[in-house]
Amino acid sequence: MKTCLVVDDSRVIRKVARRILENLQFEVSEAADGLEALNACKATMPTAILLDWNMPVMDGITFLRQLRKEEGGTEPVVVFCTTENDMSHITEALTEGASEYIMKPFDGDILEAKFSEVGLI
Amino acid sequence: MTTEDIEHLAALLKQRSGLILGTEKTYLIESRLSPVARKEGFSNVAALLTSLRTRRDEKLIYAVTDAMTTNETFFFRDKTPFDQFKSDVLPALAKARLSGDLKIWCAACSTGQEPYSLAMMMEELRPQYPRIKLDILATDISERCLEKAQAGLYTQFEVQRGLPIQMMVKHFEKVDDMWRLSSKIRQAVRFKKLNLLEDLRLVGRQDVVYCRNVLIYFDIETKRRVLEQISTLLPDDGFLFLGAAETVLGITDAFKPMPGTRGLYIKNPAASTSAMPRLRAGAA
Repeated sequence: MKTCLVVDDSRVIRKVARRILENLQFEVSEAADGLEALNACKATMPTAILLDWNMPVMDGITFLRQLRKEEGGTEPVVVFCTTENDMSHITEALTEGASEYIMKPFDGDILEAKFSEVGLI
Repeated sequence: MTTEDIEHLAALLKQRSGLILGTEKTYLIESRLSPVARKEGFSNVAALLTSLRTRRDEKLIYAVTDAMTTNETFFFRDKTPFDQFKSDVLPALAKARLSGDLKIWCAACSTGQEPYSLAMMMEELRPQYPRIKLDILATDISERCLEKAQAGLYTQFEVQRGLPIQMMVKHFEKVDDMWRLSSKIRQAVRFKKLNLLEDLRLVGRQDVVYCRNVLIYFDIETKRRVLEQISTLLPDDGFLFLGAAETVLGITDAFKPMPGTRGLYIKNPAASTSAMPRLRAGAA
């Protein structure tokens, strides 16, 4: 089964994303910030990561840079999901190795379309 | 809403845009026409419909026809018609048209996402097809849609539906809360107002026609007339794309499905006649 780690400091967003992803047949785990996510990835690399940008402790882009240095850290497909919606954030995310980028607010259709765009479904 | 008013509206829509009112008509009328009624100063939709029947106000008739049209669309909608353009249509036509000029018509283009998707895709394919020049004509019945299409300005929601992020970064810029398509892509598409009930021969010769998710709103006679007129615009090696839920089966033999594909049609050399309406048992 495909796994997806949802990284967001909002419990509500994590819950919404979980519901959508479970409907898309993903096994979902959650992390509330970048550091928690990094530790989760060190234990098991997920197939996909849905990643917020602004979070306490460690933000999304720092997490992504760290992740890519880990053993097996280039494997997960990373999709940003954030309120940051200017071109400079988007290009930075893509440069650091994100595959897709969702601008909040999002819905199930957008998430499904973006996941299918990068071959996750 | 009186039955008389609804019947008059149905007849008017069929005459003006070919649209056949479905079974859930009261709900559809109410939801689509409430904003028009408010804008035109009527107390409710029923009052608007009565006025529509008793006065012949062209401006009001146009506003109502426009509001009743479905404009749902998004970038790279259904994906397959764009993949097939890349894998089947373009290679065949690139070989057959030595000049490199290809004419594409997007019939019922709504707010422009379909023709713009083709233009963006062609940009990606440029290195493989340096000679190809697409002439993309996009038409719609709705002036409101065409204005939006020509402006090339889309909401955050619209640019996230179907458009890969790399393409968005490459071809769009952020303008306040909206996303504007580059002038290069905007200039690759010619927009024109056209009602599919008109004489389509005016559209001129085309190599590929995208006519997706519009015939479903027409009755079978109108479907047949539109399809057979399209077939006269296409050369023998031309292509027609229909929507995923649409078919030519039981409507006309001017086209046949391209083997191994879905939604892609080629001209049928065995077609009995072209562009001539005819009666067939069981068709009506």
